[in-house]
Amino acid sequence: MTQTFVAMSARPAPTQTTPIASLLRQQLFSNVPSALLSIALIAVTLWLAFKGLRWGVMDAVFAANADQCQAARGIGACWGVVNEKASFILLGRYPQADQWRPVLATFALMAPVLASCLPRFRQASLAWIWIVGIAVFFILMGGGVLRLDKVPTDLWGGLPLTLMLSVLSMLFALPLAVLVALGRRSNMPAIRSLCLVYVELVRGVPLISVLFMASFMFPLFMPVGKSPDVLIRVVVGITLFAAAYMAEIVRGGLQTVGRGQQEAAASMGLSYWQTQRKIVLPQALGAVVPSMVNNFISLFKDTGYPFSSTDGKIAKWIHPKQPR
Amino acid sequence: MVYQLLAVMVVVLLVWLLVSNTLANMRLRGIQSGFDFLMQPAGFDIGESWLDYDGTSPYWKAFLVGLINSLRVAVIGCVLATVLGTLLGIGRFSRNALVRGICYGYVELFRNIPLLLQLLMWYLIFIEYLPLHNQALSIGKAIFLSKNGLAFPSFDWTQGQLQFPAPGDMQIEGGATLSPEFMAVLLGLVLYTAAFIAEVVRAGIASVPKGQHEAGTSIGLSRSKTMRLIVLPQALRLIVPPLTNQYLNLTKNSSLAVAVGYPELVSIANTSLNQSGRAVECIAIIMLVYLLLSLGTSLLMNWFNRRVAIKER
Repeated sequence: MTQTFVAMSARPAPTQTTPIASLLRQQLFSNVPSALLSIALIAVTLWLAFKGLRWGVMDAVFAANADQCQAARGIGACWGVVNEKASFILLGRYPQADQWRPVLATFALMAPVLASCLPRFRQASLAWIWIVGIAVFFILMGGGVLRLDKVPTDLWGGLPLTLMLSVLSMLFALPLAVLVALGRRSNMPAIRSLCLVYVELVRGVPLISVLFMASFMFPLFMPVGKSPDVLIRVVVGITLFAAAYMAEIVRGGLQTVGRGQQEAAASMGLSYWQTQRKIVLPQALGAVVPSMVNNFISLFKDTGYPFSSTDGKIAKWIHPKQPR
Repeated sequence: MVYQLLAVMVVVLLVWLLVSNTLANMRLRGIQSGFDFLMQPAGFDIGESWLDYDGTSPYWKAFLVGLINSLRVAVIGCVLATVLGTLLGIGRFSRNALVRGICYGYVELFRNIPLLLQLLMWYLIFIEYLPLHNQALSIGKAIFLSKNGLAFPSFDWTQGQLQFPAPGDMQIEGGATLSPEFMAVLLGLVLYTAAFIAEVVRAGIASVPKGQHEAGTSIGLSRSKTMRLIVLPQALRLIVPPLTNQYLNLTKNSSLAVAVGYPELVSIANTSLNQSGRAVECIAIIMLVYLLLSLGTSLLMNWFNRRVAIKER
């Protein structure tokens, strides 16, 4: 008896379904409560989108016309104002004729930031790029040299000021934060407790109160008759505030570096500062980049506060009945 | 040892320099110092207050009103933000793609816009888009929403019955009212902080191993019961410490209410400072109060944290 091999018939192909339909069924309508929820959410989203469209486009006033805007009040947006006030929103009360200066200054300030992001520029010359960028920014904004008109700092405003405050505060806060973080792990009790008090004191109070202090108490702290410019006060206030938060982040990074690393460095004969600079800090700072970025972002968002607190401009403008 | 002495000496020198400069400046400008001004009449009115306060009340009472207003918005805000944040965090694990997407969109939208801007936005919406008091939006003649704020029934202890609000000639009368400033601050703080709490909760839930979900399902628990009885209690250990940070942030952020004219501590201190000229004292009071609040919250949450932490036996 010879047996011949007969192959099994192939399994039937799976029934064709359109991927979109099955995806929708699986993701949105898998059971009754889920389906009801989906329908409700879609309805709410559509309603909001419709309302937003009516407010922002259909009932909106695009011309910069005060009467039309007044008539559309509470019904539609008034985009004409945004268009007309664009230079005020972006550049503040900077003199009209010289508005090319803040624009150029913003680019000068952003150049070192961009250069720091590119690996090609990561060398000793980066420090010079920073110094030149910041110097160009202040010369362009402030004037007084090179036949540029002098513009006092209370006329500065808008985007250049926001960027300057956040960039400078970050720049100054990072080294201070590293020093404080190292101080908190130091085995010298006096330095450790000084750093501890600083960090806890600053983290326990709101930024606004630090800025209040900077704007009201700085003039008292200085030698008689000398008072630093309001911008310097704000930069110092934000720097001291941000450094306390950053120090805790850096300290977290320092804790991730194993003890063996320090012992290895010590066995090679490196001094304390050599160990920190060449062995510990590169690893620690690398580990905390994500938290550091979060901190930078919140710092950037916070730079709007000085203008609500130190002179109360926003508060006064929006709330005339507030006692001041 | 040498470095320590050096550091202490530098700090002492700095403090001495600052204090002597301050004293010299104050003498020169004729600024008086001391906390005796707290007993003098404040001379300004405060929009909302739970104590009976008027312009003739002393400064310390004004500060107390401010503190109570700060605490009111902070405590209610913490509770509401926790509820909303937890729901949003759990929503990130929903089987429904739409719920997941909306929770994700919410978190990214609200935590990336500066809080100050959000507070101003809600305040403007309340005073611009809400109807006047005589056309107030109402729910069943009991809750009214208008430019005057949110009015709702309150319990009158002297008469022992509920008082219902009703639109009057000048404003909504009767019942209790939340001012638009309070609502704007509360809404802004809650929506902003909830976005951060949602991320904290999400991280906590994600840290619970998948096997725990599967074990819950295998003993026949529904998805919501698995979440409530198995996953959340374990996630809580990871959630509580960063949640404490968010509560502290919310309390400190309530100081931004100064921008919409809600009379909380910083706003009152700012007004007192401008009127009495006692800058150092007013700022010292703000800092001391916030430090005490922060330390108090930390202690409370640390106690709670010890209760939910893993007990090693």
